[in-house]
Amino acid sequence: MASVTADKTLDTSGLNCPLPVLKTKKALEELQPGQVLEVISTDPGSKADIPAFCQRTGHELLETVEEGGKYIFYIRKKG
Amino acid sequence: MASERLAIIASKGTLDMALPPLILASTAASLGIETAIFFTFYGLNIIHKEKMKKLKLAPLGNPAMPMSFPPSLKKTPVVGQLAGLMEAIFPGPPQIMGVIPGMTDFMTAMMNKTMKDHGIADVPQLIELCKEAEVKLIPCQMTMEFFGYKQEDLIDGLEPPAGAATFIQYVLEAEKPMIIFV
Repeated sequence: MASVTADKTLDTSGLNCPLPVLKTKKALEELQPGQVLEVISTDPGSKADIPAFCQRTGHELLETVEEGGKYIFYIRKKG
Repeated sequence: MASERLAIIASKGTLDMALPPLILASTAASLGIETAIFFTFYGLNIIHKEKMKKLKLAPLGNPAMPMSFPPSLKKTPVVGQLAGLMEAIFPGPPQIMGVIPGMTDFMTAMMNKTMKDHGIADVPQLIELCKEAEVKLIPCQMTMEFFGYKQEDLIDGLEPPAGAATFIQYVLEAEKPMIIFV
């Protein structure tokens, strides 16, 4: 269980590279700075790709949860 | 002027070689890097209105070819068992089978099915994603003339056709230019 609450959830289950990252970027555009996006992914590549995306773009990766073959990321939109 | 500029040169027109430039470019652009793809030689087919929909995978002369059947096909009763048996006998079709008429279409269909099973976007979808991410799509002027492609044969939303010098100058005028050749 994650300790953060999300303002929006993006489910990319079943999608593969590069779609989870592209959809994350788009979903973040619709949020206000400081709001939190929850991204669900089944692509093992996203485990490294989402943190790389956050590092590069300056959004804050608050938490990563791995459960039952799913990766769940909590990203705070940069201010 | 952009501090970082990534340019990818797409010079191949087969299905397997069309995907990497589109995947890399759309991703780089969503990481906030100014990104362009220069489509040259057979790479022009990736942005050709009709040809982009039927790019093929060549089994012949492709040593990486031994390829498994799509997961969804293997799960189908009877057909899946037959596919499993074929894979056990030939671990992928032998190179010589590539000369059999229809083999290229067959391998292309298998590849498309496998991509779909794995949730990988197809070429037209990836092009749309590139456009949305504001990747500059630049057709090569010289090869357009070489193949006899007119502007209207190519998809909409492209940059004006450019020559080699224009393209190289565009990339190198950035502070940190990067070029990837595919």
